[in-house]
Amino acid sequence: MQIQPILAALRHHKAGTLLIALQIALTLAIVCNALFIIQQRLSHLSEPTGIEEANLFVIDNQWADQMSPQQTDAQIQSDLAALRQLPGVRDAVSSNSYPLRGGGWDDFITMTPDQVQKTTDATVYFGDAHFIDTLGLKLIAGRNFRADEVTPLRPQEHATSPVVIVTKALADKLYPNGSALGKPFYTMDTTPTTIIGIVARLQRSEVDNWSRPYAYQALIWPRRLDGSFGTYYIVRAKPGQLAAAMGEARKALYAQSRMRIIDPKDGVLSFAQVRHRAYDSDRGTAILMGIICAVLLVITGAGIVGLTSFWVGQRRKQIGIRRALGATRRDILRYFQTENLLIAGAGVAIGAILAVGLNLWMMRQLAMDRMPLLYVLAGIVVLLLLGQGAVFAPARRASRVSPVEATRSV
Amino acid sequence: MFGYYFDLALRSLKRNPALTMLMVVAIGFGVAASMITYSVFRAVSGNPIPDKSAQLFTPQIDSWGPQQSFNGDGEPPQALDYTDAMALMRAHAAKRQTLIYPVQLSVLPGGDRSLPISASGFAVYGDFFPMFEVPFHYGSGWSTAQDDTRAPVVVLSREFSQKLFGDADGVGREVNLGGHDYRVVGVTRHWNPLPRFYALFGPSGFEQPADFYLPFTRALDLRIPTAGNNSCRGNQTKNGWEGWLRSNCVWINPWVELDTSGEVARYRNFLEGYSADQRRAGRFGWAPNVRLRDVTQWLAYMHVVPPESRISLLVSLGFFLICLVNTVGLLLAKFMRRAGEIGIRRALGASRREIYMQFLIEAGTVGVAGGLLGLVLTAAGVSGVGLLFRPEIARLAHVDLSLVALTLAVAIAATVIAAFYPSWRAAHVQPAWHLKTN
Repeated sequence: MQIQPILAALRHHKAGTLLIALQIALTLAIVCNALFIIQQRLSHLSEPTGIEEANLFVIDNQWADQMSPQQTDAQIQSDLAALRQLPGVRDAVSSNSYPLRGGGWDDFITMTPDQVQKTTDATVYFGDAHFIDTLGLKLIAGRNFRADEVTPLRPQEHATSPVVIVTKALADKLYPNGSALGKPFYTMDTTPTTIIGIVARLQRSEVDNWSRPYAYQALIWPRRLDGSFGTYYIVRAKPGQLAAAMGEARKALYAQSRMRIIDPKDGVLSFAQVRHRAYDSDRGTAILMGIICAVLLVITGAGIVGLTSFWVGQRRKQIGIRRALGATRRDILRYFQTENLLIAGAGVAIGAILAVGLNLWMMRQLAMDRMPLLYVLAGIVVLLLLGQGAVFAPARRASRVSPVEATRSV
Repeated sequence: MFGYYFDLALRSLKRNPALTMLMVVAIGFGVAASMITYSVFRAVSGNPIPDKSAQLFTPQIDSWGPQQSFNGDGEPPQALDYTDAMALMRAHAAKRQTLIYPVQLSVLPGGDRSLPISASGFAVYGDFFPMFEVPFHYGSGWSTAQDDTRAPVVVLSREFSQKLFGDADGVGREVNLGGHDYRVVGVTRHWNPLPRFYALFGPSGFEQPADFYLPFTRALDLRIPTAGNNSCRGNQTKNGWEGWLRSNCVWINPWVELDTSGEVARYRNFLEGYSADQRRAGRFGWAPNVRLRDVTQWLAYMHVVPPESRISLLVSLGFFLICLVNTVGLLLAKFMRRAGEIGIRRALGASRREIYMQFLIEAGTVGVAGGLLGLVLTAAGVSGVGLLFRPEIARLAHVDLSLVALTLAVAIAATVIAAFYPSWRAAHVQPAWHLKTN
């Protein structure tokens, strides 16, 4: 197929050629950046938490009475006893937070007491010996808390204990050679704490951009929170009894004491709901980008169909002459396909530059990550295929123009 | 003439229904995507207090030092610790000033036999109400004197007052919050400026209206802890309520009202001087590092607009641009196909201006149709925006008259602008050439 005559013909359709190329270029720039955003957001959605999500639910319990810390402590103990006795419940624990809650308590971690800059940062969870079983954590080294290690935490008291259980991610960060068990560290305190246990994985309270560098870094203090606000009860239902247990739990707590607030709407959440909420903006962005990509490709494809159809209509006579002079249908088909390939090729070449430029701009302005070139390559392939697909119907119509057209005057 | 051209436009558009549909759909989707994301963006990026945003300032004082700054960028903390906050209040270097922290308390809405509910509000100073122009339905805020006497008074929101007292005037009645009695001195009208600029050191800034406001001094006496953020540096050896107050933990949102640039400069000097004094006293081991940002600067610094809102708007605008390029191409094809017709009209005496008019009206017709489709899609999209954004942000998006007008105006204007080049080409068709070949 000769390219020279195609280029010569395109010179007569400068504006149309330019517009298609521009549209393809812009579409490429938007589509590969959108695909990259979708991939990033979806990868957040599939991050594991390391806990037994299918059977877990959480109760946001606030106190309505002015209770002393001792009274609060006693109430929490009797609440937990009541929850653990429910037929559908396997275990329950009281804590200050839970994974994916979207906010919580975190501490700076240092290796010496007088270190000014932090070594790293960890989400803080409180819990007793039931914490590991309730959340379904895997203890990979060391031991669980003993009952005598668990102490109450008074309001405005700094939470630290002689012993702590940490996640593997935190242990590896502090002691990269795998020797963390039995070693000390400091959490904004002059006295150290010693690692007595390591769990395989436990997600942080929040998964926003700020906390990404510290993903999965969490520690568990053997404390009971006696603050005046309230507490979260994390409850593990027996397999298949989640819904029943969620209903029973609320009733059981109100039967213990009426002076508490469990929001009727979102006071009791299954972990599936927690996960849904934690990632709703990620999911939403992915959906929006997906819709935009799909509609964009359809419109660009339809635009190519429209313009090529117009050109075919305009050139019926020339096509007839070529056919009369011996060009086969295949030649005509090839002609339009090659023409589209040339235009789309120019479009994706400009589009690739635009795509990278847009990504760089978004990195600066919106703290996006760098887009791997693979996305641009994938975008180029998609758009070239789209162009070929879109041009096929008008090109086939062109190839069916009869040689007789050459003899018609209009 | 307009009627005639409009009639011509309809005939022409009917001739290629598929092409017309494609243009209308492209414009409709493009404008709808832009408007849906814009409706969210304008809600989250708006100025919450337009007439006073340049007079309200939040002072920041570096009490942590350069090595422990919040994001490692040398900026002072985003809130004040108790020591600095109290020092600012005592110095009284501004016309009006308040400290703010969020609190959450339980209340029994139907007396002792009902189930308790949770109410959220703010601990503030009396200046809060005139500073932020809080509108009152009944009564008023409290006085500075009542701040000093640590009076057990409270201002309720209209919504919360209705929950407790129905439509009756609640002023003068007692309400029990978190186990303590307060006398109601005022009931506000609906007031919820968003983003909630005055208390950003806490939740996302797009919450439901507060239920109540109580005196900061009273809240401290009752040791009501903050329901917002609390951030500390270094070893936390001071325990208990008093220890927490003396610590370097920041949790208080301070605001001052300064009317003239002279007052702003004076206040900035005062902050510098205060920090220098603290350094001399040995409390700070670093040079004064203070900021005094007004409402707009503060919202920008705190990155209140969620990044996904910005990205969505940007991508939608790019999408709209492509739809327009698409329309330019299709209009060009459509118009040039009628070169013969144009040639005849020109030969019969139509001026270029008239050709322009004819084709711009045709494009305008496409714009109107696209705008109407866009309107339907926007309405559908805004009602389904909960799928795309977090609930507290999604509920801010709504279709109002200005959005409807904007949707139509943007669709028509964009299509007409897109038609400029194709119409220009049409108007410059050489009549002689086309008459000859046909």
